[in-house]
Amino acid sequence: MAKGKTFSKPKALSDAHTHYCPGCTHGIIHRLVAEAIDDLGIRGRTVGVAPVGCAVLAYNYFNCDFQEAAHGRAPAMATGIKRVRPDLMVFTYQGDGDLASIGLGEIVHAANRGEKFTTIFVNNAIYGMTGGQMAPTTMPDQRTTTSPFGRKADEVGMPMRMAELLASLATPAYVTRQAVLRPKHINKARKAIKQAFTYQVASRCFTFVEVVSTCPTNWGMTPTDAIDWAEETLLPYYPLGEFKVPE
Amino acid sequence: MAKVLMKGNEAIGEAAIRAGCLNYFAYPITPQSEVAEYLSRRMGEVDGVFLQGESEVAVSYMIFGAAGAGARVFTTSSSPGISLMSEAMSYIAAAQCPAVFVNIMRGGPGLGGILPSQGDYFQATKSVGHGDFRLLVMAPASVQEAVEMTMQAFPLAEKYRNPVMILGDGLIGQMMEPVEFPDHLKVEPVDNSSWATSGMDHRGSKTRNLVKSLFLDPAALNNNNLVLKAKYERMQREEVRWETYNGDGDYDALIVSYGTMSRVCRTAIDNMQAEGLTVAMLRPQTLFPFPEQAVYEAATREQCRVVISVEMSMGQMVEDVQRSVKGHRPVQWYGKCGGEVPTPEEIVEVVTESLAAN
Repeated sequence: MAKGKTFSKPKALSDAHTHYCPGCTHGIIHRLVAEAIDDLGIRGRTVGVAPVGCAVLAYNYFNCDFQEAAHGRAPAMATGIKRVRPDLMVFTYQGDGDLASIGLGEIVHAANRGEKFTTIFVNNAIYGMTGGQMAPTTMPDQRTTTSPFGRKADEVGMPMRMAELLASLATPAYVTRQAVLRPKHINKARKAIKQAFTYQVASRCFTFVEVVSTCPTNWGMTPTDAIDWAEETLLPYYPLGEFKVPE
Repeated sequence: MAKVLMKGNEAIGEAAIRAGCLNYFAYPITPQSEVAEYLSRRMGEVDGVFLQGESEVAVSYMIFGAAGAGARVFTTSSSPGISLMSEAMSYIAAAQCPAVFVNIMRGGPGLGGILPSQGDYFQATKSVGHGDFRLLVMAPASVQEAVEMTMQAFPLAEKYRNPVMILGDGLIGQMMEPVEFPDHLKVEPVDNSSWATSGMDHRGSKTRNLVKSLFLDPAALNNNNLVLKAKYERMQREEVRWETYNGDGDYDALIVSYGTMSRVCRTAIDNMQAEGLTVAMLRPQTLFPFPEQAVYEAATREQCRVVISVEMSMGQMVEDVQRSVKGHRPVQWYGKCGGEVPTPEEIVEVVTESLAAN
């Protein structure tokens, strides 16, 4: 085993302290993305696109070029960047309100055109920054500030499975759902995120990594209870794995 | 280069390429779809980027992304589509990126109609999107001028790092006229290394760039708005453009009109001159900045008794004319919309009646 330092901050992360709540998994996902950027040595030609939502300030935490989108429009901005500068490595980092609700059109069409950027989709089944409102990914009977008696599927439908939806399109080639609940999940998520960027470096295809995540604050749980609830409630409905891989 | 006969929409597309803009994103809408049709073929010939987006909303953010990455980029649309793009224009202005939007106006409100109109004057010059920002707005009156303004729009957008709008009515887009393309503009690559997300390696920098419009700190947001305000004030000092017609000597009335409407007014003015009635016209070529001082001076000539704003709308520019004249002369409006264009005979009648009453 190599001696010396065994843990260090990826170069693609800045020194800024994040504003994320205790127990929030955004920090883990940020790190996994930054590690992939470092591993591939692409920091100097990477442009991230931040969403509107809890990760709106993601540009403060990554140490590479960044643009900040309007709510839901990150895939359109990434399309613009990648089309005029195919040599840049472009990724969007979006939550479930941003991507699955207001930005549904943009993500579906960017995926269907096969835009050669990477989307990191953080699914925690709720709106975070606006204070815990119901999202398209909110589970049946899950209480939120706009579904105080629980999500009623007969009124607002069942949660949307974005990875499956995008995998139903013929064009996109890498669609996977991962989680960051337990170390085993995190290790797999790290590999998937690096794989997505690797495909992009090779100009292969649109790449999409959904990451099942937690929101202890808006779920009203301790961080550990949130992980348990996500495992028991989210994972059965949002199965992990690869839905599409390039041929 | 020899003159060629071209439809306005196609000429605008060609003009952008001549100005060194090789990136175009668009969504079809009548009466400007010929720009996209033309460029879908032409961009391939010049190794440019053409992409038909899924909506005007998406297209406007493709423009934002591309502009943010440092590319020269533009789109074209028509009134309802421009409404959908107006959100992105606000973000682009806030983030101080250069981009060109062409609005080939059709009648509104709502779906309105597909015939020419000037009903988007307020939208273009006063409040295209939310927040404190402005567009630099140029209004061509011929296909030739549409070409020239399109070519000038890119350096202006880059000078101010702000969206520029070409505001043409549907006639400008749809009619065919002889047009001569100036040689390729000598547009030097803009140094955008201080702000564009062009990649740190690309610009040989160790510091990253951010393109954003979020300023949570009130003082920072106020400061950003002051920076924008200073740019708009500079536009008012440096970019105001207009021309006059029949205005060298004395005249009894002044018409203010822009775009295609101004050409009908010229015919009316010629007809009145033949009858011994001298009427002048001031044609704003920039709508923001509006030629306030020029309108004031033209309106307050000793013999001029009345000022009439003639528009293909229900009276929008007339408010800027009134503001410019400052009550020194009576200002009235005449116009039609929905695709109906005031005729020379109607304009003569309005001017004659107005002079009789004042």
